[in-house]
Amino acid sequence: MAYGEKVLDHYENPRNVGSFENEGNIGTGMVGAPACGDVMKLQIKVSDEGVIEDAVFKTYGCGSAIASSSLLTEWVKGKTLDEAQAIKNTEIAEELALPPVKIHCSVLAEDAINAAIADYRQKNN
Amino acid sequence: MSEKKPIYLDYSATTPIDERVITEMLKYMGPESNFGNPASRSHCFGWVAEAAVETARKQVADLVGANPKEIIFTSGATESDNLAIKGIAHFNHKRGKHIVTCKTEHKAVLDSCRQLEREGYEVTYLDPMSNGLIDLKVLEGALRDDTTLVSIMHVNNEIGVIQDIEAIGKICRERKITFHVDGAQSAGKVDIDLENLPVDLMSFSAHKIYGPKGIGALYVQRKPRVRLEAQMHGGGHERGMRSGTLATHQIVGMGEAFRIAKEEMAVENERLLKLRNKLYDGVKDMEEVYINGDVDHRIAGNINISFNYVEGESLLMALKDLAISSGSACTSASLEPSYVLRALGRNDELAHSSIRFTMGRYTTEEEIDRTIKYVRTAVEKLRELSPLWDMYKAGIDLNSIEWAAH
Amino acid sequence: MAVYLDNNATTALDERVLEAMLPYMGQVTGNPASVHRFGRLQKDAIEQARESVASLVGGRAEQVVFTSGGTESNNLLLQGFASKITKVQSGCRIAVSASEHMSLIEPAEHLPSAVSLEWLAVDRNGHIAPSAITSMMADAAEEDTTLISVMSANNETGVIQNLSPLVEAVSKNIEDGRCFFHTDASQAAGKIDVDFIGSGVHAMTLSAHKLYGPVGVGALLIDKRLPICKRQFGGSQEKNLRAGTENVPAIVGFGRAAELAKAELQERSRQQRILRDALEAGLKTIGAVDIFAEKVDRLPNTVQFGVKGFDGETLLMQLDRKAIAVSSGSACTSGKTEPSHVLKAMNVADELAHSAIRVSFGKSNTMSDVDVLLTALQDIIEINQHSPVMAANV
Repeated sequence: MAYGEKVLDHYENPRNVGSFENEGNIGTGMVGAPACGDVMKLQIKVSDEGVIEDAVFKTYGCGSAIASSSLLTEWVKGKTLDEAQAIKNTEIAEELALPPVKIHCSVLAEDAINAAIADYRQKNN
Repeated sequence: MSEKKPIYLDYSATTPIDERVITEMLKYMGPESNFGNPASRSHCFGWVAEAAVETARKQVADLVGANPKEIIFTSGATESDNLAIKGIAHFNHKRGKHIVTCKTEHKAVLDSCRQLEREGYEVTYLDPMSNGLIDLKVLEGALRDDTTLVSIMHVNNEIGVIQDIEAIGKICRERKITFHVDGAQSAGKVDIDLENLPVDLMSFSAHKIYGPKGIGALYVQRKPRVRLEAQMHGGGHERGMRSGTLATHQIVGMGEAFRIAKEEMAVENERLLKLRNKLYDGVKDMEEVYINGDVDHRIAGNINISFNYVEGESLLMALKDLAISSGSACTSASLEPSYVLRALGRNDELAHSSIRFTMGRYTTEEEIDRTIKYVRTAVEKLRELSPLWDMYKAGIDLNSIEWAAH
Repeated sequence: MAVYLDNNATTALDERVLEAMLPYMGQVTGNPASVHRFGRLQKDAIEQARESVASLVGGRAEQVVFTSGGTESNNLLLQGFASKITKVQSGCRIAVSASEHMSLIEPAEHLPSAVSLEWLAVDRNGHIAPSAITSMMADAAEEDTTLISVMSANNETGVIQNLSPLVEAVSKNIEDGRCFFHTDASQAAGKIDVDFIGSGVHAMTLSAHKLYGPVGVGALLIDKRLPICKRQFGGSQEKNLRAGTENVPAIVGFGRAAELAKAELQERSRQQRILRDALEAGLKTIGAVDIFAEKVDRLPNTVQFGVKGFDGETLLMQLDRKAIAVSSGSACTSGKTEPSHVLKAMNVADELAHSAIRVSFGKSNTMSDVDVLLTALQDIIEINQHSPVMAANV
């Protein structure tokens, strides 16, 4: 399978790899399943103003899954929770030029950010 | 990008053609060559081609201890498997419509069986033991009065394990059930003596042992005579079992490849075993590394390893300087985990994280050294990225988590 | 040096084709199904060849399915069509012209009994009349789906069948989806203009080694309207219509051969026609020679004739002793004592059919080959006519 340049770039130099300690201002989303071949863990650090200050990820999955989550961490930084929630998987797929068989990776990334936001909101309600 | 050409470690997918084979093939290619149609009986061009085909038939037969008359040339092992399985099932449909095979067979066998199911046959797909070998008791238990065919591969293409075809054949003989063996991965790698083995049909491929693509053979035993229904008609070539103009140069190439294999197999196996052990020794100290398939009943050139908590496709991507595959080539474009490893009872993570390294005639020690380096670096990098690795290190049991399947 | 005049049986691989193939036999290895670089290079080469083959016969690349040869293509077509149609329970009819190649006739005869097989008669020139097709379709029951197979050019006589009027004759049934058309163009491709899409057929068989490509590779062009399913299982290669690792060097060779055939078609055909015409003129001066289908349009390289009072096999052997390679008809039926089914279908008397010789020129033949053949034939005929036995027969 030939990968697009942007996928390769994110795969070779993934941005924002890491984990945050689970504190009050952290939202964690973990989606996917080992059985399906991909698990994505995305964490956001949210400021008092409700802006995402920082984001990190770890992904078990194919190159496109790694690239999708890496790209997403770049995108959500500096966005409000609502803005981050509005990011659609199609935008990720388009940016990375994912082939049809890899679209599910972008869906997973969208799920991950939504799960992280939901986790943060639940904690801070 | 690496400056060096990728290291080819995918010899079970296909092999380069040996130069000696090319030399022989060229004698039958081009305007100055012996290019006749071997079916042309009216002139010397045809006779020369026919004689070359017969020499090759003998070379193929010699490697596997068969009589040349028992060798039918086909377009490859896929066609041989189709011909054997559908040919036997169709010929014997009045006697019974039950077939036994194994879940870890090559797609050519499994898909032929599925086609027969669509035609109203019944197929039992045996589970292998966790080491990939067939439990003879389980096989015996699956046989019925209406079983007409058992099809079990000699060497598995993914995990390289060698089945005891002699024992399986004996069980079939006692019950007068036809026994087909897919030998695409075993010819030239394991001793085969069909004169003494209780095997009725065996499929062979040329491009898995340094011969050309597009040519294979089916061994069809003559004494006692095995009868099957042809799947391709038109001219009655190959004793009526397989019609179509014989590709002389390809047959000649297959013959030469089999001749070389017979001569060099013993020495080659010794060398490959050393390389394989070297490769495994180079990675086995890493945590959570598992060999798939039985270690002792295994061909020398194959090792299939799961690197737990690392996903296979991303590992392939990280190992771009290696030409390797996860699972077999015929399924590697799909996202499914290897069905062979699943059949061994490997869990999904391990099945997803498997890499098949297959070494061959041109693999060098230096290449294995580099391979070890690449693999260690890639696995470490991906584990660094893997949330599952974190959880493992934190002592969390992955099975205790409720994963949302998607 | 022997004179090879049996190019309809097989042609010598063109050196330029061999050159294109060699890299794929040597340094470029890999299984096209593999995702790594070795595999992708193989895949790219296949796709390029697909373009070239399609372009030779006026088809589109995505319509080309590579097979192991013409025989497999014909088997795949018939069995694949029959299996698809009978699966949906409607009546399946397959109509085959009586002068088809054995690789079409034999699989047709082996089709499951649920398929009704019809033979289309040819006239004494080897042609099928459009009316024969119309009336055959008129007999079809409402629920029947019919596949008609008529070869573009005959391998023995070289007779060219104009397909358009035949397709035209059943155009209404085609529109209704009740009738489909296949042509075996193994002999026509590379020798005359062939137009897959333009002729309106739904499937076409090709073979590489008839046009200076390698043995062991062929193609079936398939229009997406044609109902068909695969017959060889075990992988999703070739758009899931033909399982098995692709024979990459051969496919590459087929592609190159098709390119060359397209570029050189006019010139090859012009040259071979000159040789053929010279041979026919010479044959007439010998006398006792009947050229089959002489008056109709034939492949420019092919002539089949009978020599009254002679046994074809004896003639062939005597020619072989003089280092001339020709045949009586098809190589696939070579060695059989039955007279050619093609000539029988054209109502040629058995005795004359038994004496048939087919000469098929190739691009390396020269006028001196024609002279050698004519001189040899003359000698053989003269010597035999002086023998009392033969004289009595004539």
